[in-house]
Amino acid sequence: MAIMVDKPMLEISDIHTFIGQFHILEGVSLSVPKGKIHVMLGRNGAGKTTTLKSIMGITPHTKGRILYNGTDLANKRPFQIAKMGIGYVPEHRAVFKELTVRENLVIAGRNKDDFDRKADFIFELFPDLRRLFTLGGGNLSGGQQQMLSVARALVPDNDLLLIDEPSEGLAPVIIETLMAAIKRLSESVTVLLVEQNFRVASQLADSYTIIDEGRSVQSGTMTDLVNDTALIQKYLGVA
Amino acid sequence: MAIATQSNAVVDEIKQFSNDFRNNVFISVGLLVGILLFAFVFTVLTSGNDFIAALFQGEIADGETLGSMFSSTLNITEKDLGDFGIIVVSGLVQGMLLFLVASGLSIVFGLMDVLNLAQGAFFTVGAYVTWQVHHADVMSAVPPDLRFVFALVAATVVGGILGIILERGLLQPLYSRPIFQIVLTFGVAIVIGEILKAIWGTAPKQWLDPITLTTQLFFVFGQQFNQYRLFVIVMGLVLIFAIAFLLQRTRLGIIVRAGVEDSEMVEALGIDVRLVFTGVFVLGSAAAAFGGGVAAPFLGAGLGLGQGYLLGAIAVVVLGGLGSYEGTAIASLIVGFALSTMQDVSLYVNQGVWASLTPMILLALVLLLRPAGLFGKER
Repeated sequence: MAIMVDKPMLEISDIHTFIGQFHILEGVSLSVPKGKIHVMLGRNGAGKTTTLKSIMGITPHTKGRILYNGTDLANKRPFQIAKMGIGYVPEHRAVFKELTVRENLVIAGRNKDDFDRKADFIFELFPDLRRLFTLGGGNLSGGQQQMLSVARALVPDNDLLLIDEPSEGLAPVIIETLMAAIKRLSESVTVLLVEQNFRVASQLADSYTIIDEGRSVQSGTMTDLVNDTALIQKYLGVA
Repeated sequence: MAIATQSNAVVDEIKQFSNDFRNNVFISVGLLVGILLFAFVFTVLTSGNDFIAALFQGEIADGETLGSMFSSTLNITEKDLGDFGIIVVSGLVQGMLLFLVASGLSIVFGLMDVLNLAQGAFFTVGAYVTWQVHHADVMSAVPPDLRFVFALVAATVVGGILGIILERGLLQPLYSRPIFQIVLTFGVAIVIGEILKAIWGTAPKQWLDPITLTTQLFFVFGQQFNQYRLFVIVMGLVLIFAIAFLLQRTRLGIIVRAGVEDSEMVEALGIDVRLVFTGVFVLGSAAAAFGGGVAAPFLGAGLGLGQGYLLGAIAVVVLGGLGSYEGTAIASLIVGFALSTMQDVSLYVNQGVWASLTPMILLALVLLLRPAGLFGKER
């Protein structure tokens, strides 16, 4: 276990989550330092997405504790958690297909001028969105939807972004653009990332937690993990 | 290369979307024109020497032949146009009243997946409250027109309050159980009916104290129409455009449209979706009660009033496409015109059942060809 020198922005201690009768998370613990990119790694179905959803209160945890800047998130509804400064970029993007790109961005604002204040930054990060501004979300390609989904989380003044599988199903050139954007974002916000693509994860993240069968099994710095081929092979199946 | 391929895919999708929308509009306008054309031809053929009776029942007047009757039938008179005008005006009035019930039903279903079967009961409550306030002794000093405005406001407010009670008090615990919601709203409709019966009895309440609009007339091709019908049409159109403005041009509208797609994601953006649900439910309930209030001066207030409109409104919502506002607005007009046309046909064949079956027959026909309705998407 690596020693975290920064004060954690998000601290998850032994959480358990059920979906219906299924016990999905059986003890996940992790710590996300402020101003860093922390990645959750693990095979399909390990519980990474459910962990993000538990943080957001979408699938509330039944045991354990989630502290965000020292505040316990238990019994809070998703909108209350989001208002505390946590942005969520879900798996499969979840852009609103019937809304235009502009409306997808405007809806995320918590104050009337949020989007106007952030527009230049967002378009600098994702120039394509300016060109696609009046198109419907459903008319965008997968990569453009992913950019929109990330951009949407940037409209309000969030301190922590939860990003779920941003590279999933995207062409390599689009992944490069997104990676650059996420790297740049981490200068101003803390990021908790879920990523299956180990190459992407290793280039982006400062620290990691491996989730396996609903439990966190290993955490540390990314540099240590990159050099531990046995661990990578055991839990991620990457040679 | 990858970017070029993606751009082409985007262009193709936009073209597909435009084509779909154009097709939807084309089919809707086609249906409207088809119904009106049928109404017009039927009016022409059954007026004057009644060619249809001659054709099917051999009722040929002395000195006439089938051919001569057909020729004279084709001379369109002002009376033909006036009769057709009655169908059009009646269709518009019924379409607007259906819209007032269906709009709430559609938006609530789209956003919350709740089929509110109490919507018809709210319509009935609106009619009773409007009737009561307008005819109350304590209001007798107020001029009738102003009294009617107060009555309409009161009906809308009562509808809204009932909406809050139903959504907050009864529906919220059942959001994860759709079947229970349907049973609950059906039960609430029955309870409201019983309460109305206890307060006002079983005899329908006639509108005895006319307002200016119900006493003045306007003329179309020699046929006289009550100006109040014009008022109903205008109120319906105003509401269609007001709700469209709300949905398309305001932040609340963006939230509602987004919530129809993915309410979980809306909540994750920091928006209290339950509060939005309540607001939309109240809006729908208030619109239905307002509809009942608007209908009261010419339909009176009766216990079965809302149920008839609820069945029509369900047909409208499904026909227009579940959760589609524009679909609901257009389908209201289609069903309204189809109803008024078939009421005319029913009168002619002396079989009233055709008019009452019309919404369901139309619904079945459209769903056979387009299972998602006119503007709906596969859910």
